[in-house]
Amino acid sequence: MATGSDSTHAGAVPAGAGRAPAAPRIAAGSARAARTRALALLAAALVVIPFLFPNSYFYEVAVLVLMNAVVCLGLNLLIGYAGQISLGHAAFFALGGYGSAILAANHGWPTWLSLPVTVAAIGVLAAVVGKPTLRFKGHYLAMATLGLGVIVNLVLTNEDRLTGGPDGMSVPPLAIMGYVLSGEKLWYGIAAVVLWASVWLATNLIDSPVGRALRAVHGSEVAGETVGIVIARWKLAVFVISALLAALAGALMAHYSGFITPSKSSFLHSVELVIMVVFGGMASIWGAIVGAAVLTLLPQLLTVFKDYETMVFGGVLIATMIFFPRGIVPTLARLWSRRSGSGSKSP
Amino acid sequence: MGGAWLQFVASGLTAGAIYALIALGFSIIYNTCHAINFAQGEFVMVGGMSAVSFVAMGLPLVVAVPLAVAAAMIVGLLVERLAIEPAHGNDVVTLIIVTIGVSLFLRGLAQVVWGKGIHALPAFSGTDAITFFGATVVPQSLWVVGGTVVAVIALGLFFNRTLFGKAMQATAQNTLAARLMGIDTRVIMRVSFALAALLGALGGVLTAPITLTSAEIGVMLGLKGFAAAMLGGLGSFAGAVAGGLLLGLIEALGAGFLSSAYKDVIAFVMILVVLFFLPTGLVGARSGDRV
Repeated sequence: MATGSDSTHAGAVPAGAGRAPAAPRIAAGSARAARTRALALLAAALVVIPFLFPNSYFYEVAVLVLMNAVVCLGLNLLIGYAGQISLGHAAFFALGGYGSAILAANHGWPTWLSLPVTVAAIGVLAAVVGKPTLRFKGHYLAMATLGLGVIVNLVLTNEDRLTGGPDGMSVPPLAIMGYVLSGEKLWYGIAAVVLWASVWLATNLIDSPVGRALRAVHGSEVAGETVGIVIARWKLAVFVISALLAALAGALMAHYSGFITPSKSSFLHSVELVIMVVFGGMASIWGAIVGAAVLTLLPQLLTVFKDYETMVFGGVLIATMIFFPRGIVPTLARLWSRRSGSGSKSP
Repeated sequence: MGGAWLQFVASGLTAGAIYALIALGFSIIYNTCHAINFAQGEFVMVGGMSAVSFVAMGLPLVVAVPLAVAAAMIVGLLVERLAIEPAHGNDVVTLIIVTIGVSLFLRGLAQVVWGKGIHALPAFSGTDAITFFGATVVPQSLWVVGGTVVAVIALGLFFNRTLFGKAMQATAQNTLAARLMGIDTRVIMRVSFALAALLGALGGVLTAPITLTSAEIGVMLGLKGFAAAMLGGLGSFAGAVAGGLLLGLIEALGAGFLSSAYKDVIAFVMILVVLFFLPTGLVGARSGDRV
């Protein structure tokens, strides 16, 4: 009773239940239809948007947006649905890039092999590391993931014989059977397909029994366990999936840009990824994509403020979190559904 | 030899004292606002940089230092009023992002006001190193450790002997009950930000002569302070001091005996190991699952 008015302990059941997206209220059949429609819409948008690009620079930025969206999608599953914060996800992103680069450049592996092997290896690493780490809760989990991120960052910076040190290393281009994948348009296509596939995976996961288990975890771990859900296993599964997506995006970005530096694994990059998720909207697929797009484009736009750039960025962040505490997409969606009448909510 | 040990312990305690001050700020704000303030390192920066500015204006250190600390306290109050209070009551992660926004804002502001250069503050009482038992210490280190000891004792007296301090403790234990007892918890939140800023700025001013200061120092110091607070047990004052000193010692001994490039790795590995066995930190024992 008392905790209800004590708003600071918002992690308790009522808030957790309220945070769940609109999807579970809809019956399973129409949920599937809604998902198909959303995936078709996304595919259409990904095909149409490039026609608006006036030059190749836009393709480059778009690839960055899509890759960040892939990372955010995974991270949003972890933060938004499983309720587990990670302040070290940039480590997986950077390890994906470095792993594939080192196998290809230093050991002569073909890149079409080094990339999937690296991503799979990072999945295993995430499972090994995640098991003890996910025992931590709340701020202690933030601390533990932050610590792991800092450790990876420092190792990448210091092991200069392997990684090129603070200056980074060049990464061979991705090639399949001798055919080198290059050009902004081709990479836009690759990034678009990867994002679409990730969204397909994420929506399937969210609407599956596993997804409902995940939402139970976010609401309350104890409540989840009392109804017979093995929380620890699902938390770990989502952690591994989010690490896999981060590693895949990191490896693709490294091969695409031809270069990687330890800054990709920095605390600030980890924070940036979490900001994208929260800014766009926790527990919202579209939120992850919108957050990635806005926060990838914002620094490009803010360069007009020159010396004031960092300050303005900080100000925008504070204001958004005050006025859109649940993130852009869920807040706008709520406004929209209120305007178009509450009747449309439950068909 | 013993001299080397003593040397590393001395430098570890100096660094640890600052971590302790920052960690105390984290714990004070966590207790009253239930927020992790990632702008804590920026208070250190504001303190150090303002002191540099006041000294550059020709003010003597005796005046510049209290003014710099006061300036940081005003910044702390503004941060609470303009950013934390409007966002309060939201999800924990949302609040974390707000404080990260504050930290970016303050860092950006500092870059505009003070530039990106590195600045030094004159040492409080000369730079002639003191030698004892084979270890050498600069007098400023004694100021750092001494200042921290005084601050911790003063803080202890404030929390345990004054009505206001007790009101803050009551708020930390149960905000709702404190409000029912007639305590204005909003005032408590503001004061806790001012206090955290005071402690951070004090650390910034005390170390500026040794480690130098710039608009960018807040990031790493904030992280270390957070790590120290977690190591000790979030919300515990004794834990914050113990965590800070321990972190400083681990770093200095790790850098001295193992590898200076890997001193932060050693420190974070140690923290993870400690937390693995004591999941609520060295001192933090009170915890249960909230349903």
